[in-house]
Amino acid sequence: MKQNPKKKNSFFEHLREWDEGNFDLTEAAMGELHPPRPERKHQNMDWVHHHLVRMEAREVSFFEHLYPFMAVILAAAMILFLLVVVSEMPAFGRADTPTNTSVVIKRYIGNGLEETGAVNIVAGVILDYRAFDTLGESHVLFTAAIAVFILLLQEHDEKEKQQDLRILKNDLILRKTATVLLPLIIMFGVYVILCGHLGPGGGFSGGAIIGGGLILYSMAFNTGNLGRVINMRSYRIIVLCALLSYSILKCYSFFCGANGLHTIFTTGTPGAIFSAGLILPLNTAVGLVVACTMYGFYSIFTKGRI
Amino acid sequence: MSFSVNFPLFLIVLSLISSVVSSLLPRRAARVTALTLYALSFAGNLTLFLYLRTLSGPVNYLMGHFPHPWGNELILNPVEAAFSALFSLVLFLCILGGHHPLEEKIAPNKQHFYYVMTDLVQASLLVLVYTNDLFTGYVFIEICTLSSCGILMIRENGRTILASIRYMIFSLIGSGLFLFGVIFLYNLTGHLLMPDLKESLTALYVSGEYHLPLLAAMSLICIGLAIKSGLCPFHLWMADTYGAAIPASSAILSGLISKGYIFFLIKVILSVFGKYIFYANGLHNVLYVLGAAGIVIGSVSALQEDNIFRMIAYSSAAQIGYIYMGIGLSATVGMEAALFQILTHAMTKPALFLAVAHLSRSANNVKKFHNLQGAAFKNPFAGFAFTFGAFSMIGLPFTMGFISKYLFGLGAFDSTHTKLVPTLIVLAISTILNTLYFARTVIRLYNKPAEDIYRRTGLFSQKSYVLAGIAFIFINLFFGIFARSFIAVLAAGLPQF
Repeated sequence: MKQNPKKKNSFFEHLREWDEGNFDLTEAAMGELHPPRPERKHQNMDWVHHHLVRMEAREVSFFEHLYPFMAVILAAAMILFLLVVVSEMPAFGRADTPTNTSVVIKRYIGNGLEETGAVNIVAGVILDYRAFDTLGESHVLFTAAIAVFILLLQEHDEKEKQQDLRILKNDLILRKTATVLLPLIIMFGVYVILCGHLGPGGGFSGGAIIGGGLILYSMAFNTGNLGRVINMRSYRIIVLCALLSYSILKCYSFFCGANGLHTIFTTGTPGAIFSAGLILPLNTAVGLVVACTMYGFYSIFTKGRI
Repeated sequence: MSFSVNFPLFLIVLSLISSVVSSLLPRRAARVTALTLYALSFAGNLTLFLYLRTLSGPVNYLMGHFPHPWGNELILNPVEAAFSALFSLVLFLCILGGHHPLEEKIAPNKQHFYYVMTDLVQASLLVLVYTNDLFTGYVFIEICTLSSCGILMIRENGRTILASIRYMIFSLIGSGLFLFGVIFLYNLTGHLLMPDLKESLTALYVSGEYHLPLLAAMSLICIGLAIKSGLCPFHLWMADTYGAAIPASSAILSGLISKGYIFFLIKVILSVFGKYIFYANGLHNVLYVLGAAGIVIGSVSALQEDNIFRMIAYSSAAQIGYIYMGIGLSATVGMEAALFQILTHAMTKPALFLAVAHLSRSANNVKKFHNLQGAAFKNPFAGFAFTFGAFSMIGLPFTMGFISKYLFGLGAFDSTHTKLVPTLIVLAISTILNTLYFARTVIRLYNKPAEDIYRRTGLFSQKSYVLAGIAFIFINLFFGIFARSFIAVLAAGLPQF
């Protein structure tokens, strides 16, 4: 395997060695915690340092016995505290709780349809009344995807060898089922996204369905032809377009709202597919981001690349 | 001028857009985009600050077509504009001064991701400062958490990975507790927007209903944000995190991200709980005690440390203790002192981290204290910048540290009698300990090294760092000398929260 000399002693390298079975992690850890005593002649300070490390290791092993007990006690105390607090809270599901009687809910339910044009009130709330939160939410997904890339992204040729071990190859039942199910799953996902403003559903759930379908196919066929459609390049372009269009559309809508201008997006006829202003395009953007992020996570975790 | 109220929206969206675009750009272009963005953000927020100062009250900026009990909102007041301008400036200077060591230590195919993460940090800081909605705050706290883990673990060696796992666990516990608190508050009132929450919480408190859940929600929110910003018993992630990260990341994490959380906490205290409820329930006493303990424990740990990065990290724990002590003192002078201390720390700690990074780079990348002997002769400018930062931390006159210590003294006299003496004693002890460990370091840096021949890192071989360092020093002197007008801004702006 090609090796980067800088990475030779890194945590990942150790982990990979251990994964391949020619390295005992516990032994190495012990070796680090109890370093051999260096010669004393020239390295006085180093000797002191090593001595300190050994002492620290002893302390750690003492505290390690305490940790489970302390953790259990702490968690139990926290559970007790939260239970007591919850028992004092307004009862869940009653009609006269503050959440159910506040002006916020009344307007969402009473005027939601005519103000946002969405039959699905939830879609109206998350993509119109509180669209800024959802803008943040979709960027949380993007941030998480980039964080996983930072951690696990690898050069192309590095992991070819290991791919064969992890992917279920030549599993006839899985392959046939995946072939039959994939179009249905994708179609259902698209339906859930596109009708997000008309009924239960929306970008997050529809995107998750599509992502699940792609993961199923990728499991059965070891990426196969999917790699031609979704690779690193197209993945990035899809996410870029989805997030950019979301940000720009919503920026326009926020700007108009804040300055009291009319937008060109109208609520339309509630119930029609092209209605509810920006909710349909925003749902589509969110759905694309969610689907790509889910598939990207799976792909990065198993193969180290998309 | 009145158009400038739209700048926060544009800057937030621009930060999000540029983070997404940067993920496709090569490293250099991503860096230029990031630096341009921060400079624009500084200019925009400064313009907004100048405009808002002429108004008498805050501006509610609708994010959509629906006003505040229903839709998302931003709230703009001069203090917030000033802080976001200065946060953007610090971010600009951190990237400008820290990108050389950064690009040596990150794998080449991942370098542009660093700027993606810092753009997201910029977006979340802007939102945390400006938001008028508790839940929006939570969403952007999440972005901030994830992106700070990203800039931490991008240097892939064992220690950094362990440090970022630890940081992530602490950070997620903090977010979780904060989310519990938000859910409790929503359950009690049915609101998420700050002004309506404050109104109904005040009514609830006066009626005496649901006293325990209210108290629990308030303490969960305070503890959650305290864990994330590293208050005393929860400061244990700091040393590893700041010690193991890339210098630019340590500077951003200590100078900006923890400050963003604390600013948001102050905002929640003033505009969600309200001064009256928060200070009547004795929660501020808890923060006061923990803050004072943090000052002493952080300083003592810093004194014991022999790794210079970890020493500065522990010193951060002490400085964060100051901020919480200020919140605990009183809602007026104490809060001003806390806000000024946020600024002092945001301006000084990044300068120290960058200076130490360049000193250790000139001395063959050593981190241990005793190996840095004479490093200031090898890199005179970094030595000078470190010395100046140390002076500001100790609190010599004409620096920002002096002003914040002076304000804490005033706050002590403004608060109750029981807090007067302990505050003054803690201030004295901490100043002595600060002086001890910083003087020790400065003397070590300016001790002639054993070997006579050394290569000196000149000014022109590190132009961008020198620019950033000079900027940090000038800003520090500026706020140290003309502090009175800025304190007047704080005093005028605090009632607007």
